[in-house]
Amino acid sequence: MSLNIIVLAKQVPDTRNVGKDAMKEDGTINRAALPAIFNPEDLNALEQALRLKDANPGSTITLLTMGLPRASEIIREAIYRGADTGIVLTDRTLGGADTLATSYSLAQAVKKFGNYDIILGGRQAIDGDTAQVGPQIAEKLGLPQVTYAEEILDLKDGKVTVKRRLESGVETVVAPLPCVVTVNGSAAECRPRNARRIQKYKYAVSPSEKEKLSDDLKAVVEKRPYLNLQEWSAAYVDADPQQIGLAGSPTKVKAIENVVFTAKESRTIENNDTELEDLVKELIANHTIG
Amino acid sequence: MANFYNDNPSLKHHLTHPLMRKIIELKERNYTDAEKYDYAPFNYDDAMDSYEKVLEIAGEISGDIVAPNAESVDHEGPHVVDGRVIYAEGTQKNLDALVKAGLMGISLPRRYNGLNFSLVPYIMAADMVSRADAGFVNIWGLQDCAETIYEFADEDQRQRYLPRVCAGETMAMDLTEPDAGSDLQAVMLKATPDEENGCWRLNGVKRFITNGDGNIALVLARSEDGTKDGRGLSMFIYDKNDGGVTVRRIENKMGIKGSPTCELVFKNAKAELCGSRKLGLIKYVMALMNGARLGIAAQSVGVSEAAYREALDYARDRRQFGKAIIEFPAVYEMLSVMKAKLDASRSLLYETTRFVDMYKTYEDIARERSLTPDERAEMKKYSRLADAFTPLVKGLGSEYCNQNAYDSVQIHGGSGFMKDYACERIYRDARITSIYEGTTQLQVVAAIRHVTTGTYLNQIKAYEQEAIADEYAPVREQLVALTEKYAAAVEKVTSTKDSEYLDFMARRLVEMAGNIIMSYLLLLDATRNNEFDASARVYFNMAKAEVAKHAEFIDSFDPSTIYLYRKA
Repeated sequence: MSLNIIVLAKQVPDTRNVGKDAMKEDGTINRAALPAIFNPEDLNALEQALRLKDANPGSTITLLTMGLPRASEIIREAIYRGADTGIVLTDRTLGGADTLATSYSLAQAVKKFGNYDIILGGRQAIDGDTAQVGPQIAEKLGLPQVTYAEEILDLKDGKVTVKRRLESGVETVVAPLPCVVTVNGSAAECRPRNARRIQKYKYAVSPSEKEKLSDDLKAVVEKRPYLNLQEWSAAYVDADPQQIGLAGSPTKVKAIENVVFTAKESRTIENNDTELEDLVKELIANHTIG
Repeated sequence: MANFYNDNPSLKHHLTHPLMRKIIELKERNYTDAEKYDYAPFNYDDAMDSYEKVLEIAGEISGDIVAPNAESVDHEGPHVVDGRVIYAEGTQKNLDALVKAGLMGISLPRRYNGLNFSLVPYIMAADMVSRADAGFVNIWGLQDCAETIYEFADEDQRQRYLPRVCAGETMAMDLTEPDAGSDLQAVMLKATPDEENGCWRLNGVKRFITNGDGNIALVLARSEDGTKDGRGLSMFIYDKNDGGVTVRRIENKMGIKGSPTCELVFKNAKAELCGSRKLGLIKYVMALMNGARLGIAAQSVGVSEAAYREALDYARDRRQFGKAIIEFPAVYEMLSVMKAKLDASRSLLYETTRFVDMYKTYEDIARERSLTPDERAEMKKYSRLADAFTPLVKGLGSEYCNQNAYDSVQIHGGSGFMKDYACERIYRDARITSIYEGTTQLQVVAAIRHVTTGTYLNQIKAYEQEAIADEYAPVREQLVALTEKYAAAVEKVTSTKDSEYLDFMARRLVEMAGNIIMSYLLLLDATRNNEFDASARVYFNMAKAEVAKHAEFIDSFDPSTIYLYRKA
């Protein structure tokens, strides 16, 4: 059985290799100092998709990403590892989106895409760490969702069996297709880029990238249809302008402050009821807990 | 998150050597494959870009997968179950990653699903994989046995076996036997024709076979009844799917413990002849060995790199007497010499690889059409240079590798003697490089004729003529003087026509040639890329003293006193 698989992925700043200049004076991320990478758990999701493709020859994997035009870099990255093609959902009006607006925009793109059997994505992105986008997309599309997936054990007869990695153990669940599966970082690492695919697809470009190519390379891209990636705008996916970008984002950042923990802030509490109760009260009072 | 290609700019320097344009143009037959294959390059820049991108994959796998697995593989090692080899868990993971990345059959033509790359990026990948884990490179690197099938087997065999190698099946070359090591003429494994089944049957024992349980093996066997020397030996292809060979045991080795070294028992194993009868040793094994020696040279350079980096990191971190030990002249002198030997052997490695690439590509073109007289002359020139440089880089490169591993442990002091630091494993792994695929002493035997016939001297003269940066003119002047010393030493030894005297002095003469050649190569590197300046000068300082030492020994030596040595 051949499947139509969508993998949701995000290009993120590499927050795992943070240097001294990773944050600006005002506490926001200095994107110029951090390389843009394929969100790690989205790579885990891609590997699960590739395994489904290995087991179901003829399947197609499409990477869907929302971001700047340069996000086509991760589509190429996915294609080098075995994905078939990809779509960048990119538009100025989509900028500044929180998880609600992001999931709405991506859900609109999925609707536009149409015929699909399963949607895979990473559990969360390393820049926001919310883990909300996957589940919200499932809600908006009215699909069942399986979160914290570690391994897709089986897919047949319109059902998928998934092993979930939970805090206290593992759980195996069965969900009807189509559904959304978000994959945990404990899942298998993604396979490497393939030498032959990298040579075949290295000139794969989105329309806006194609414009910047030399005439020679443009001719190559035109001759080979598989080198053409897609770029979709907000209007193309019929997105309601009120529900996207900043306008569609109820989350507002009030302030950003740098919290630096130092040893002198440590305090020793005696192991007795009075001192513990005082501490709990203090933590509730300053909104650390409760 | 380490990438052994991106973190080592000297690789790109060698990859982009000016001769590469010609090599790739020949290899790609002026880019005619671009019409037939969607992954073939359409010009030099495209090809070079692909080489780099693919080397980045190899560098990433080496840094992120192979290197982190090296320690557990060293501890766990492979084992034998029911006559079959089970790799250490890390070894299998390394192999799976390289196979999935399509890094098998790198230099084979595209019609067999290969990448049709020049040998330079292939050797470069071997260089990086060796830095990550010297034992593992043996398993992956045996893919160069496929070159022998490509060169000497018939088309039907090529079509049956080569795509399997490209798809990730591993290989072995079954040459050594308990009584036939360096002297392969003594091979006894018996091959008898099985006319009923249209095949051959192999019976006997092979020993010290690297990756002996590989999927496809090239086996040297005695096909001619009643013969005793090399002329009775033929080359066979054994397919593990046919059965008949079991692994009796694996050796417990000092180093490269992840690489299974097998004792094999052949019991009526089905095999097919590769090429013509009786040419097994005298033609095919020689070709196979030359490829393998280049591979060991790459392994030596990779291990040298690992040894140097471990030492450098430690010397920067370790503080004694109130400062990092790298601040002490005794330590920084060692480190700079290590770096110079590393850079010198790497330059010689890629120079040799380009020579091999040039003549092999012409040989391959000659399979399709006859070469022009100019092309034929060029093929001969590079073939001769490859023949001369291969034993030089294998011999001297593996000795430098051992010296660097020794110094790496030394810089670690007492800690280096403990199993806690990688230099201990590197030290054990390095030791084999100057032994297998022909000991250094046998490399000298192969190299000495290029001392006596002048191949080295002629090439040194050619280097003398090459353009170098003005600042190196004084160094070149001194190299010209060193070359005279070398020529005088050669003249003194060869003029006696005493072959024992020549053999006695051979190592010294070959080292002198090597020292001068590597000095020139580093000058050329430094001219093209200033990063090599320190290594070029440090190496030259050492080479000058080494050549003078040997020249003095030879000059003042009385040949009639050889008997003093003979008694030992």
